[in-house]
Amino acid sequence: MKIRHRERDDKIELAMTPMIDIVFLLNVFFLFTFKIVLPEGDFNVQMPSAAAARAAEPSEILPLRLVLKAAPTGELADLHLAGRSFGNGRDAFAQLQAYIRTQVVAEGGAAADEQEVEIDADYNLNYDYVVRAITAVTGYIEDGRPHKLIERIKFTPPKSSEPGAMSRE
Amino acid sequence: MRITRSKVATSAEMDMTPMIDVTFQLIAFFLFVLNFSEVDVDQRINLPASELARPPDAPYAQPLTVQMTADDTILFAGDELDEIGLQSALMREAQIIRAYPNKKLSDTTVVVRADRGAKTGKVQEIIQMCQQAGFDMFALRGKQSDASTLIEP
Repeated sequence: MKIRHRERDDKIELAMTPMIDIVFLLNVFFLFTFKIVLPEGDFNVQMPSAAAARAAEPSEILPLRLVLKAAPTGELADLHLAGRSFGNGRDAFAQLQAYIRTQVVAEGGAAADEQEVEIDADYNLNYDYVVRAITAVTGYIEDGRPHKLIERIKFTPPKSSEPGAMSRE
Repeated sequence: MRITRSKVATSAEMDMTPMIDVTFQLIAFFLFVLNFSEVDVDQRINLPASELARPPDAPYAQPLTVQMTADDTILFAGDELDEIGLQSALMREAQIIRAYPNKKLSDTTVVVRADRGAKTGKVQEIIQMCQQAGFDMFALRGKQSDASTLIEP
């Protein structure tokens, strides 16, 4: 048997070029597909269909009716809760929240679990106002901690899309 | 004046290690932040902002996303639909869920992603169609905001 003694190189040369090519390609791919996704959150609303809701046990407390009237452009024209108007100013929703807070505190906070708010919005109202109304009704953040107000929310059935046929109470 | 002549190396060897370290770090970073759930997040939609919009504590058992753009186009399962199309698609979805023995309609949450400029009536019609199909859990999606959104800027 012949043992062949190979002369050993003490320095190993790695071919780096293909690896760096691929690594850079990967990098460029990720850079181009990178998209900053803003954090999103949800409002949970449980709304069985009208027929099922009627079959359910009717609540003893009447729902508060929050009416959002729209201007023809989709802007808010008037906001009122149970007959009390908050106008359409910049702080209409802040006023609404302050009012609900005093109501919830007056009732000791216990009845707020049972209380329900029914949102009655015009057909062409911008959806943004509905989310702001829900924000005003469901709670507030104070000192970095969320506080709950009225969490049970339902919508009235959608009105007709024709402006002339808008249902009025 | 003295001129120092630097010794010229015959082979220029670059130290690649730091560069490769940094590039691998970059790749690892992009891999972690890569979002694969972009099918349900259409970039055309500008969600209404709310400081109370918080991500759910646990992911929904069966989410179903319906989206609506500012010009009232409905996006559902990657398709652009009108009201009638959405209605039949929802009915089909409900039938599929009913057909599975381990799935329930009541466990399904319909995530409504509507643009802030969409018409409320249109959004309500979507919700009503979902109700007719048998869904009753809804999540109205908004984008998180650090400041209060109650007072208009």
